[in-house]
Amino acid sequence: MGELLKVDKIKTEFQTDKGPVTSVDEVSFDLKEGETICLVGESGCGKSVTSLSIMHLLDRNGSVTEGSIRFEDKDLAHASEAKMRKIRGNDISMIFQEPMTSLNPVLTIGDQLTEGIRLHMNYSRADARSYAIEMLKKVGIPRAEGIIDEYPHKLSGGMRQRVMIAMALSCKPKLLIADEPTTALDVTIQAQILKLMKKLREESNTAIILITHDLGVVAEMADKVAVMYAGQVVEETDVYTLFDNPKHPYTLGLMKSIPHITNPDDMRLNSIPGSVPSARNMPKGCRFYDRCPHAMKRCLAEKPELKPIEDKQAHSIRCFLYEEEEKNYEKKHAEKQHAEKEVSS
Amino acid sequence: MNMPLDQEKPLLQVRHLKKYYPIKKGVISRTVGYVKAVDDVSFDIYPGETMGIVGESGCGKSTTGRSLVRLEDPTAGQVLFQGKDLATVSQKEMRKLRTDLQIIFQDPYSSLNPRKRIGDLLAEPLLAHKMATKAEAEKKVNEIMEIVGLPKQYKNRYPHQFSGGQRQRIGIARALMLRPKLIICDEPVSALDVSIQAQVLNLLKDLQKSLNLTYVFIAHGLGAVKYISDRITVMYLGKVMELATTREIFEHPKHPYTEILLNAYPIPNPHERNRTQMVIEGDVPSPANPPKGCVFHTRCPFAKDICREKAPGLTGKDHLVACHFPIDEGKV
Repeated sequence: MGELLKVDKIKTEFQTDKGPVTSVDEVSFDLKEGETICLVGESGCGKSVTSLSIMHLLDRNGSVTEGSIRFEDKDLAHASEAKMRKIRGNDISMIFQEPMTSLNPVLTIGDQLTEGIRLHMNYSRADARSYAIEMLKKVGIPRAEGIIDEYPHKLSGGMRQRVMIAMALSCKPKLLIADEPTTALDVTIQAQILKLMKKLREESNTAIILITHDLGVVAEMADKVAVMYAGQVVEETDVYTLFDNPKHPYTLGLMKSIPHITNPDDMRLNSIPGSVPSARNMPKGCRFYDRCPHAMKRCLAEKPELKPIEDKQAHSIRCFLYEEEEKNYEKKHAEKQHAEKEVSS
Repeated sequence: MNMPLDQEKPLLQVRHLKKYYPIKKGVISRTVGYVKAVDDVSFDIYPGETMGIVGESGCGKSTTGRSLVRLEDPTAGQVLFQGKDLATVSQKEMRKLRTDLQIIFQDPYSSLNPRKRIGDLLAEPLLAHKMATKAEAEKKVNEIMEIVGLPKQYKNRYPHQFSGGQRQRIGIARALMLRPKLIICDEPVSALDVSIQAQVLNLLKDLQKSLNLTYVFIAHGLGAVKYISDRITVMYLGKVMELATTREIFEHPKHPYTEILLNAYPIPNPHERNRTQMVIEGDVPSPANPPKGCVFHTRCPFAKDICREKAPGLTGKDHLVACHFPIDEGKV
């Protein structure tokens, strides 16, 4: 599996009347072909802005001011609009939370579905239509030949999301960004859509960035997970390590605060006090400082870095509590490199 | 508190509640059919308990909740609150009864008047019902704000200066001002972030204990419903499918729909991701044209001929279920 996407310490800022607002700060992650990463966090933590930064779909007043985004051999952070048009919908495509608002109500499903196919794949009108019908069948839409001439308002929420998925996957993208694809749907429909996404992922080997706030969806779908808080990644590791051995106080708090149907009857929920700091006045030190049960003096003044720690799997954390483990990792890493050098010489 | 005592009288009795919305068409707005949002729903609510109502969107759970406080006028049926039928009492009497019946809405953003200060918003119900003088009301506002965990000095702020979680606390505080007996919570945490949901759920639980409140808790998130409810009503297309204690519903569901609903819920444990999952295909049929027979038969994996013809009644003593072939664990 080759490396597909590398997001390296990007910073996204919005220019407002009251000065610049940083909504994503030092976010890094990478993704291999066919891999699924979940970005988890509460609203306003920057997970959607991260994905919009990759796609160049930010509002006019927003821009990536620092860091780099490498997709295969291209630099997306500084790509021209013309170049992005070739990539968007072709190499990277996206589905959104609200399938109601992301489909054009005055065009038929077929018109919207074939637009991208004809543009990127150079199909004739007739070929594009039969390919579109094939795609609709693939995402489990009954009567695809009839539905293709219908308008979006005739379809239910789950069906519309299927159309969005068909549209996103029709040009065989290498990367699919799914921004809360099931949040607006009922649980029974969510289960259908997740099952479909799993099936299509296996068939096409598409890498997925899945944005969600639902840890249940994360556990179902992810290979690895980046937990975000207030515009930063605070913990990153593979999905099994995250659930078996969560480390960052925010991740721990989040896991304990979710009422789940498998919880024991009399378990009291652990709530995280306070609320997310606003992007306008971010704390200087750790951004979780005023809600953290383990906050120390230094957390107020110093800013923790996202660093790998010693664990069975790759595991990075942005917290001073794990300095010991971080040092251990550095030491072992240095030893390993030293040993490798000796072997090669 | 979990099981209502036999001799205890129910606080609220819902009997054959129906709410149909007419579908109008043409120039003279002829009624061509009805959307059966709530279709023959009956249940009792006992003092001090929490009744959860769950179901997919469009199943009629919110309409049921709104009918209980007469924000909707029922088409047929009775809602007896301490023996009085809310569906037929006069407006004047209803106004008095509203001091005992309050509702908390899903969206704390749109249910607070943006041009009023929080102090005034909270005092309004007391003054409107002439239950206190201005000075007394102010004292009461301070008390309630402390109970729901809002600092007193925020009294002079406007709704937009609060976060979502804080606004929901204001919504709860406002419902509490008149010291009601019954509070309908209509998706009170669905619009909130996960870490804030836990705060609000815990607050509701604590208030219930200290003020001896009765809740009807409407939600589509099963986790939250399980956490707060003593008994649960499962609804589908305006009808009750199953009604039992929370433990029974989760440990021994009898209706296939309940089983499927529980099964569809993603489990936050990656080791379980390859479990066999019962996924139902298709969408909820339109309530304007519900299927004949059992309303669930179009999506039910166990549907037989009789299900397509005859609607099952709600049967059972403590664990009620509306199904011709309820899941029997002994047999499986």
